[in-house]
This record gives sequence, structure tokens and C-alpha cells, in this order.
Amino acid sequence: MAPVYLRRWWSGLSQQTVNLSPPGFEGSNPSRRTNTKPAPQRALWYNSPMPIISVKNLTKKFNGLVAVDDISFEVKKGEIFAFLGPNGAGKTTTIKMLTTLLDPTEGAISLNGSDVIKDPRNTRKSFGIVFQDPSLDTELTAYENMEFHAVLYGMSSSMYTSRIKELLELVELTDRKDDLVKNFSGGMKRRLEIARGLLHHPKVLFLDEPTLGLDPQTRNHIWGYIKNLNEKEGITVFFTTHYMEEADRSAHRVAIIDHGKIIKEGTPESFKKETGTKTLEEAFLALTGGTIRAEEASSLDKGRLHARMWKR
Amino acid sequence: MHACGSDNLYDMYLNVIYILWVRQLKRYARSRARIVSSVMQPLLFLVALGFGFGPIYAKAGGGDYIQFLAPGIITMSILFTSMFSGMEVVWDKQFGFLKETLVAPVPRFAIMLGRTLGGATVAVLQGVVVFLITLLIGFHPGGIISILTAFVFMFLIAILFTAFGTAIASRIDDMQAFPLVMNFLIMPLFFLSGALFPLDRLPAALAFVVRLNPLSYGVDAVRSALVGLGHFGLPLDLIVLLGSTAIIMAVGSYLFEKIEA
Repeated sequence: MAPVYLRRWWSGLSQQTVNLSPPGFEGSNPSRRTNTKPAPQRALWYNSPMPIISVKNLTKKFNGLVAVDDISFEVKKGEIFAFLGPNGAGKTTTIKMLTTLLDPTEGAISLNGSDVIKDPRNTRKSFGIVFQDPSLDTELTAYENMEFHAVLYGMSSSMYTSRIKELLELVELTDRKDDLVKNFSGGMKRRLEIARGLLHHPKVLFLDEPTLGLDPQTRNHIWGYIKNLNEKEGITVFFTTHYMEEADRSAHRVAIIDHGKIIKEGTPESFKKETGTKTLEEAFLALTGGTIRAEEASSLDKGRLHARMWKR
Repeated sequence: MHACGSDNLYDMYLNVIYILWVRQLKRYARSRARIVSSVMQPLLFLVALGFGFGPIYAKAGGGDYIQFLAPGIITMSILFTSMFSGMEVVWDKQFGFLKETLVAPVPRFAIMLGRTLGGATVAVLQGVVVFLITLLIGFHPGGIISILTAFVFMFLIAILFTAFGTAIASRIDDMQAFPLVMNFLIMPLFFLSGALFPLDRLPAALAFVVRLNPLSYGVDAVRSALVGLGHFGLPLDLIVLLGSTAIIMAVGSYLFEKIEA
């Protein structure tokens, strides 16, 4: 299990960053931009026909309001899959249903061979998730957060001590492992959450806006880890983002959801070709229109404000 | 801590309960402000009421009011800390940590149980701190046996009201609303419990309400154990406390199960 290559790769990446060479993940994966001759490993995972997530006629209604409206799609094993859409389009609701946090009104979901609705407990072992909002206990240290997660997932201490060490090294938090998380920056928290999401060897990693509010340096690093894990360990990645250039650069396949329906699915290139645009962002705007979406402030938004006022 | 994956679920759940318990103790130990501020209120009640009403109480033939009041105030501090530990659930809900536990492959009941035991332990520790303060103020409890008996009842009271606070917190998403709702419940529970006054010769209506309040039996048990001034008798106290804890735990687990993150 020891991903020695990850560490080696990561130390290589940090060096690159220090040397101010072009952004790390571009360098580690030069074929991405053109997509004409994909790297061998990428082709292997990408061409694998087996779906690891399959969603059929999924619908979620909240008191008559249809948040997700009869969507169906598949994510192949080893794929990096971007799930895009404007605010309030149904992205987070879909992720919550895929990760057993919300029961669908109708439809079926299978994840790594488990029925998500009928067998949530087995499903939960197969995926890791990084939520849109930090979900760390800020009163605990980085190591304690990791340990907590390991115990929740039924790992024995002999299993998790070495795994935690590896992952903390991977995300470069080893020297801060005994610091309380409340003293961490946003980027450090995100890195820790990614490490935590990988702790129990999940087959699928869900990332709900993993780079929201982070500076470009941190965003580059985070995409560096994610793409490397995908290539070397074959982890399937399902992510949402509002940064279209991230989806453009990293995703093998993209689905766009709007008003609860999937309006388009394909590779970033096919999107651009079809809409006659140069970037995924332009394609996205062409497909979803330019109007700003009304979204009511959720209790979570109020909570965020409150948290800032009462920072403990 | 030797659970290994799925081959021993029972061990795994015990470990989960244990880690949740440890988490709560760590959080408590690290928050000095919480420890200090939660001792201030009982101290104020003890000094103002104890010394303020003491002379009148003695003149009315009741004896030393501090002896009567101290068990009530110890129970009060447990009640407050227990009920407000539900605040941590609301907090965790708002800031996502609850989701981390809810997507884990563990039954919710184990999570609810771990949280409740953790919150209850913190509340008992708080009760012990207040107990030590009462000793400084001039409280003279019975021997070691009576103190240990009192601790058992303090723990029962703590579990009952932590589960109650957690159950209510499962239904509340709003951080401002939670303290309001809590005060709305805590005040009648406390004032109508016999923590401050003897239960003999009460007006019928008040006596009836006091009898419906599970905290009355908790106060009564701690008081009988510490200073021998019981009203209902320890067996009845025990039955009522165990019964209401069972009911609240069942309702709480159901509500906790229903949380949608």
C-alpha cells in the first residue's frame, strides 16, 4: 500500500514549484492540453468500460420543488469526472444522494457494485469525500482528525499509523501534525481533508468544490495530488467546481447540470467543438446562458457568517 | 484498540464510541474559557441564594440552607452542561464535522451513544468541580459511600439530559435558536425541581408539576445520597431516572437517525 512513488512524485513537484518552472501538474502530465495522444496509464483507465458509478432516473423533490429532475449518467472506473453547473442547479444535492447523505425521491444509484440506497453502510466504505465546507474538527490536531477518521472506518492502529504518516507526508503536513487545525490556513485544511478522504483506500473520491477560495499556488498543488492519485492508484474522481479552467485541464469527461437536468455530457473538447468556443468557460456560458441564478442563503451561509463572528 | 475492519463489528463500534468520547473530553480540556464560565453561574447561585436565604431558612426551622442547596446546585450545573452539549451537535452540523461522522460506515446509534457518553462525562466533571467548590463554601456531605452513590446518580442525570439536548439539537439547524430553546426548557426544569426548595407542604398544583419533572428525582437522589434529605426515596428516583433515560435515548436515536446533512 505504501505509495512510495507518490512521495517521490510529490517531492519532485515541490522542487519544480520552488524552481519556478511551469505549473506542476502541467509538467507532470504534458499530454492533457492537446488530448490527441494521451499517456498510456491515462488511456488504460480512461478506456476501461466498467462504470463504477451508475445513476438511473434520479429525482429529488423538496416539498414539491424539484431539485434534481430524472437524471441518468455513468462514471467509468478510473475516470476524472467533472460535474458542473450554475449555483442551485442541483450539484450538491446530487453529490449528497450519491454519498448516502440524502435519500432520493426516485431512481437508483450503484457505486462500486453497492446499491447506494439499500446498502448505504457498504457504499460508505468505497468512497472518500471532501465536502464543500471544511468538515474537520478544529479543536483537534491534524493527526487526531486523521486518527478519528481511521477508527470510524474500522481500521486497526497497526493499519492506520503508517498510512496516516504516508498521507501526511504526501500533503506536506508532517511537521504540523500535532498542531490544532484551528491554526491552519484554508489551503492546509483542504490538504488535510484530501489526505483524510484517502485514508481508508476508497475507490471513488468525491470532491465538492475542492479549491473554492484557495490561491492559484494551492490550487495547482491540490490538482497535482488528485491527478497523480488518479493515474497511479486508479482512483475514480468525481468533482464539482466553478473554476472552468480546472475542469478543462483535469477532467476526462464533463457533465453539465442546470435546473436539475443534465443538459450535456462529453469531453471538454467535444463541448468546445460543439459550441464553437475556445474555452470550457465559454462553452459553459453558451450552454447555460448568462443570467445570474437566484439562490437563497442557506442556513449554512448564515452559519459561515456566524463562524467568522465567533471564531473560537 | 484492536478492531480490524469488518471481522469484528462489535469491537469496531466500541472503538467508535470510545473515540467519540475521547474527542469530547479533549475538546473540553482544551477550552479553558468553557470550564471557567460554566463554574461561575453555579457559584453565583450558591453564594447569593445560599447566604442570602440562609438566615430565613434557619429561622423557619429548616436548618443549614447550604446543606440543602448544595446538592441542588451541583445537579443544576450538570443539567446546564448536559443540555448545552447538544450545542456541539448544532455546531458540528453547521460546520460540516457532523457530515464526516454521518458518511462513515457506522450505525448512527453508535455515534449518538458515543456523543452522549462524552457529553455526560464532561457534565459529571463539571458537577465534580462544583462539588469541590461547595466543600470550600461550607458544605458537609456524608462519607465516601454517600459521595460515590451521588456520583452514580450524577452520571445518570448527565446521560438523561445530554441525550435530551442531543435529541433537540438533531431537529435544530439554527445556532441562534438553540440557546433560546434550551433556556426555554432548562429554566422550568430547574426551578420546578426542588433544587431550591423543599418539596413538603407545596401547593397541590406545584407539587403535581414537580412530580412530572424527571430532574426532581435527580435532585432528590443526589440530596438523599449526600446529606440524607430524601423526599421520594432512592429506589423510586432510580426507576424514574432509568425509565426516562431509556425513553429519551430511544427518541434521540430516532431523531438522530433522521438528520439529513
